[in-house]
Amino acid sequence: MIETFIFYMYATILVASAVMVISARNPVHSVLFLILCFFNAAGLFVLLGAEFLAMVLVVVYVGAVAVLFLFVVMMLDINLARAREGMMAYLPTGAVVGLVLLAELVVVFSNWGFAPHIAAEVQAPMAAYAHLTNTDALGHLLYTRYVYLFQISGLLLLVAMVGTILLTLRRRPGVRKQTIADQVARSSRSVEVRKVPTGGGV
Amino acid sequence: MEAWQIEYLPILVFMGIAGAIAVIAVTASWLAARQKPYAQKTSAYECGFDAFGDARSKFDVRFYLVAILFIVFDLEVAFLFPWAVALGKIGLFGFWSMMAFLGVLTIGFIYEWRKGALEWE
Repeated sequence: MIETFIFYMYATILVASAVMVISARNPVHSVLFLILCFFNAAGLFVLLGAEFLAMVLVVVYVGAVAVLFLFVVMMLDINLARAREGMMAYLPTGAVVGLVLLAELVVVFSNWGFAPHIAAEVQAPMAAYAHLTNTDALGHLLYTRYVYLFQISGLLLLVAMVGTILLTLRRRPGVRKQTIADQVARSSRSVEVRKVPTGGGV
Repeated sequence: MEAWQIEYLPILVFMGIAGAIAVIAVTASWLAARQKPYAQKTSAYECGFDAFGDARSKFDVRFYLVAILFIVFDLEVAFLFPWAVALGKIGLFGFWSMMAFLGVLTIGFIYEWRKGALEWE
């Protein structure tokens, strides 16, 4: 009873904020609604018993991705009035593309069906871990049985890191930087104490 | 409700209290205080002045570089949680597979350090 109530609360807020993401005029408000959306999706995951997914959704999507979106939207010089000017001109083309996509989706989903033996095979590897929490079960499988996939994901992160640096890092010439090693290596002879006679000067 | 769902009940209660306090704080100040705005009162306070331009401007790409690198390491940390939970049972192989993963990312970290991506000029 209370479970159903909580589900409908999260689901309603989720759908409402998802509508607000695409209909809010101010892109900053859109991103804030997107964050609300992620939080509610995390609540639904907890309700399903998928607590690891819920926490990762909060940590990764809310903590990093949505904040990055917010950051980009706030720091880009986007003039909305100028962006909307060409809208009517592009509307017919956009509508045609959208309709084609919609038709394709309808065709795919109307013929959708799982092969009958798939359901049994999907459940098979998890049977031994049914009594564990799903963070624990993931830990059991991910680092041993699926070790290759795990290492490939590590390589993907490496490629993302290197790619980001290659694309965005540029040296600015003529910038004076502090070189701590040089400062520390200065000898004590560079400072000298002198006796100065009164009224004489150095 | 099942037993594991009861464990999350305090969080739900906290969220309810937080939401209630937010709503009460705004509506109470809206109801209790007298609202008689006029041009002088709503203008920028004393030493402040009206903004000259838009707050949106193009920022250095270096900010985005730092943010994206943060996401990469955030994902790396997300992989560490299930590993830490199950470490006692996955044995040496599980331990060293994570060490290899961390080693690959350490190579990336050394690369970005040597490239000077973490330095602010």
